[in-house]
Amino acid sequence: MKKIVIVLVLIGLSVISAISLLKTGEVRPTRVSELKSQFLEKATARVDHSKFPILQIKAASPRDLTAACLSCHNKTAQEVMQSNHWNWERPEYIAGRGIVYLGKKNVLNNFCIGVDGNEGTCARCHIGFGMRSARTFSYTDSTNIDCLVCHDNTETYAKAPEKGGAPEPVLDLNYIAGRVGSPKRSNCGVCHFYGGGGNNVKHGDLEEALFEPTRDIDIHMAVDGVNLSCIDCHTTERHVISGKMYSLSSMNRNRSHCESCHGEAPHADNILNKHMLKVACQTCHIPIYAKAHATKTHWDWSTAGRLRDGKPYEINDADGNHIYLSTKGSFQWGKNLKPDYIWFNGTAGHYLLGDVIADTSRPILLNTLNGSYHDPDAKIVPVKTHNARQPYDPAHRMLIKAKLYAEEKGQGALWVDFDWHKAAEKGMQALGLPFSGEIAFIRTQMHWRINHMVSGKDQAVACTECHTRADGRLANLTDFYLPGRDRNLLVETAGISLLWISLAGVLLHGSIRIAASRRNSKRG
Amino acid sequence: MKQKVTIYRAFERFWHWTQAVLIFLLAATGFEIHGSFEFFGYRNAVTYHNAAAYAFMVLIIFAIFWHLTTGEWKQYLPTAKHLRAQADYYLFGIFKNAPHPTRKTVLSKLNPLQRLTYFGLKIIIIPVMVFSGLLYMFYRYPQAGGVVGLRLESIRLIAVLHTAGAYLLMAFIIIHLYLITTGATLTSNLKAMITGYEEIEESQSDTAESEVQNG
Repeated sequence: MKKIVIVLVLIGLSVISAISLLKTGEVRPTRVSELKSQFLEKATARVDHSKFPILQIKAASPRDLTAACLSCHNKTAQEVMQSNHWNWERPEYIAGRGIVYLGKKNVLNNFCIGVDGNEGTCARCHIGFGMRSARTFSYTDSTNIDCLVCHDNTETYAKAPEKGGAPEPVLDLNYIAGRVGSPKRSNCGVCHFYGGGGNNVKHGDLEEALFEPTRDIDIHMAVDGVNLSCIDCHTTERHVISGKMYSLSSMNRNRSHCESCHGEAPHADNILNKHMLKVACQTCHIPIYAKAHATKTHWDWSTAGRLRDGKPYEINDADGNHIYLSTKGSFQWGKNLKPDYIWFNGTAGHYLLGDVIADTSRPILLNTLNGSYHDPDAKIVPVKTHNARQPYDPAHRMLIKAKLYAEEKGQGALWVDFDWHKAAEKGMQALGLPFSGEIAFIRTQMHWRINHMVSGKDQAVACTECHTRADGRLANLTDFYLPGRDRNLLVETAGISLLWISLAGVLLHGSIRIAASRRNSKRG
Repeated sequence: MKQKVTIYRAFERFWHWTQAVLIFLLAATGFEIHGSFEFFGYRNAVTYHNAAAYAFMVLIIFAIFWHLTTGEWKQYLPTAKHLRAQADYYLFGIFKNAPHPTRKTVLSKLNPLQRLTYFGLKIIIIPVMVFSGLLYMFYRYPQAGGVVGLRLESIRLIAVLHTAGAYLLMAFIIIHLYLITTGATLTSNLKAMITGYEEIEESQSDTAESEVQNG
């Protein structure tokens, strides 16, 4: 009997060890090494545009040049004119509201608040020419398309400030048009890195350090690594670019996912793969953002409009970040920030112009990212939280979109006339919304998803940064049981008491035995 | 007359000591995962805990097989007979050098309190730990094609049960370690579990006689 058991044990052990040996013997290229070799091969131009006669004819205006582009690319204008880069809006379904057209045109944020009425300066980041007003702009005139802002590969193209999207007049458009290609990081970054009025103001994870980043800044775009361009991940089909920001978007569609390249189970360690059901890649692989330059974390509009000797002024911190501007108010900045974490299922709601604020005692969430632990589509994602104090009308309980920009004085623009009352009146009037004449300031909050500045496994978030009793990264997500963080108070108290009682019991029993045996031996 | 008898056979001793090592490892790693302290490192603690858990389950399967085939499982059937006497012994008799109220034999090596305790461990605590542990390991959210039939919304209940069981096992170990010293001599129980042999009263003599002899 004994022998049989020993033999059985030995057989069992040898089977287990044989399986584990065979398993490790398997060698195949990892997904990451395949991806690396795939993306290290950079595409070369298939066409030399400088040889085309039509591009050699001196372009009298940017519009003429666009017409030249479209004479060959004769179906491209239709694609471009359906994109949200062009329309600055798209239809979105929002639960509880139905289908609404949302985009830069009409959505508020808590940075420069809104585009409407300020296009003269905002349209510098529109892929068109001559947008003086987003309402009156001709979205059907294909010669308004600015091809070069995205396709310039010479890094010499630049839009002029405050000219509704027109380029600088001094550019050699024919030279640039002869060297067009797929968008590079510089094409996308010139707008997306400077949103909110300066480098890294808005996103925190998109900034000029990403033009030529090192591996420490971003493992994908690193010039000393695979050197990916934006559109390697934001794959584009007929001018529809994947990926979007939930400051403007609402629906779970056309997103850009890490999993498209890396798959659903990219780790060798299966325990990490199991996490992916509820934890987004970014949560562990973007331990900090704003790695190179600070990002704005708080914007207080209520202090805007102060003048010194009748003139606007600015105050900067030691790093050169504005901490006060007469035009915009007071700011706080942060660098090397740990993200906040929320559940997100890919859908979002928004505060829209004219919405009545139900509760003015709490901060208004301008974009609500939906999701919870119990939502099967939701994962934990990292976000940048941007807080602000921005103007609202306490009588109508509506956020105010003030008129900020004008080319000259006397039009009521805050940045020129520094009069909140006039700016609010002009702004709301242009929107057809009521304004009581009262202005107060209310706290608002936005969540910006953090997706860039990705770190490799060596810098990824460690287990105990979340699985820890106090002050973990997920301390605010309390709708689920997290091992290492959570306990049942009753079981914990009863369990620990039981251990102490048991210990005390055996010590007491043992001491009495010792005492008793001494007494007995004395008697004995 | 005392006689050297085999109380614990080779497999039993292998089973006992492997189980002891595994339970200590499971406790140390488990309470690290629980957040009670840091020692192995969280990731290592999870790896070791899972590995030890698999080893423990393999061991349990062998132990069940052994107990069934040898008929030794009958040793764990609880009995009310002498239960009171055994409790009285631990509470009073032991301090007066009174004899053990029940006699250890090859056919009945567990006293009534041991039978009750081990029966409880085997029937309740260990199964609770194994099943809650398996659910903990293979717990998926229902939509991911995991434990669909169970419709578990959260890991909370599983984790709390597993923790409660762990505290009970720890309390058992504290008392168990102490009770090692309550054999015929301070070390006779330990020696028996290491060597398998223990000097016990000859099996021919009945209880009454042995009590007289001991007295």
